[in-house]
Amino acid sequence: MKMSHLDRILLLATGLLAAWQVAVGIDGLGTVPITAYTIAFGVLLVAGLLMIILGFEALDSPIVVIISTIIPLSLALGLVWEHLEAWRSLALGFATLGFLAILLTRSFPMQRESRMQLPGKVPTIVLASVHGIAGLTIFLLPTILAAQGVTRPGFALVGLGGALIGLGGLLLSFLKAGKPILPRETIFRILPALLLLMTMAFVAGFALA
Amino acid sequence: MVAQSKIQNLKSTIKLYSPLIKATQTGLLLSTGIAGYMSAHSTPHLLVMLAMAGSLFLSISGSTVLNMWWDRDIDSKMRRTQKRPTSSGAVSPQETLRLGLIMSLLGVGWALAINPLYGLVVFAGLFFDVVVYSMWLKRRTCWGILWGGISGAMPILAGRVLAVGQIELIGLLLAAAVLFWIPTHTLTFSIKFFDDYQAAGIPTFPSTYGLEATRAVIALSSIIAAASIGTAGVMIGVQAGILRLMVVLSSGLLLLSFATVFRPSERINFSLFKYASLYMLISMILLSI
Repeated sequence: MKMSHLDRILLLATGLLAAWQVAVGIDGLGTVPITAYTIAFGVLLVAGLLMIILGFEALDSPIVVIISTIIPLSLALGLVWEHLEAWRSLALGFATLGFLAILLTRSFPMQRESRMQLPGKVPTIVLASVHGIAGLTIFLLPTILAAQGVTRPGFALVGLGGALIGLGGLLLSFLKAGKPILPRETIFRILPALLLLMTMAFVAGFALA
Repeated sequence: MVAQSKIQNLKSTIKLYSPLIKATQTGLLLSTGIAGYMSAHSTPHLLVMLAMAGSLFLSISGSTVLNMWWDRDIDSKMRRTQKRPTSSGAVSPQETLRLGLIMSLLGVGWALAINPLYGLVVFAGLFFDVVVYSMWLKRRTCWGILWGGISGAMPILAGRVLAVGQIELIGLLLAAAVLFWIPTHTLTFSIKFFDDYQAAGIPTFPSTYGLEATRAVIALSSIIAAASIGTAGVMIGVQAGILRLMVVLSSGLLLLSFATVFRPSERINFSLFKYASLYMLISMILLSI
């Protein structure tokens, strides 16, 4: 599917917002949140640039599933580290193990599982679990904190970004896993706008927190 | 009526001559020169900057025109360059040579008038590019690109020299960043147009050492380029956020470079080629902030 000029403009805007967030938007935080947010928005920036260069063909690579997991995992880790001190170790463990699990299940064929008549189920379950938990964390944590008045109300926008990233991540990951939720063309048509909306929500949410 | 015809003539002349200066490449090198100047983070003098941009534009364009004049025979053998005005015959060799010499002399002369050391660096860039790279080494050895790279590194060094008045470590690091970025750019290009270079009998890294070794050189040079630009950034004292952004962009360059080694494909090669240009342009902007 050919990428339109509008798609490229939307992706460029996404890249610029992500670049701004890395350079300016996360100043003053601790080392772990800064690193986690830099990784998340950095992946978004580089992925946006590659999509502008290569068009939607960039999404044909099998590595997309792995890369698209890094963004929610890093964001979830950064948020938990910043706001839920008691859960830091758990969040770090989940981010590390979740990424490794995706990496392993996507890199190696599940031969043993195939013999057990469960072809492809384990990678899909792992993918859905990791994306689901990370996505829910990014959606719920800022929403609850903003609702309780712990942070300013604007921080809830990060939760909106979380909902959008969860949606985008699931659409893309299941498409790449061969079990598309929506037709490929529809996903590609909405993806640039979805990425921009998501990044806008994150940037605005962090700025208004 | 006469004025209209003159405007029309001027338009056609510009249209005919503009491909001779490779606008994108010239623009990119010019941006490195401006970044070199801005990297000093002293109060920029608008007139000095404009003079620098003018002299660099003339010198870079002049050397490009002279290269096209010298390489017109091989350009006509390569599909990629067959339509250049020099190889298609749209502009005569005499005209091309005259244009190249005038632009180069004006550019270097202007640069020397602004500041002798700056002028010397600009002249070195032109000399390495036209004489050492194009005339002497390009058709003899694939290592000629090293000298092409050194000449490509001169605009950023020149800009830095003009701002600080001397050749110092930061200037050399910036020059090294461009020097080692150039193989990432040119070697991916020589892989993409492998057949073209073979047809013209130009020795390249892929034809001399093979694709695998070339990809390894691309990865290695990307690491050195990213390290040089990062070190220069730290020494210049760029803000932490800007440095983070540079790390992110450098990581993208490194990942693509490693992908060319471990998962080589036409698509990866093309994306590295494009990304490397974008990387250099953005890095230059970041160093200037």
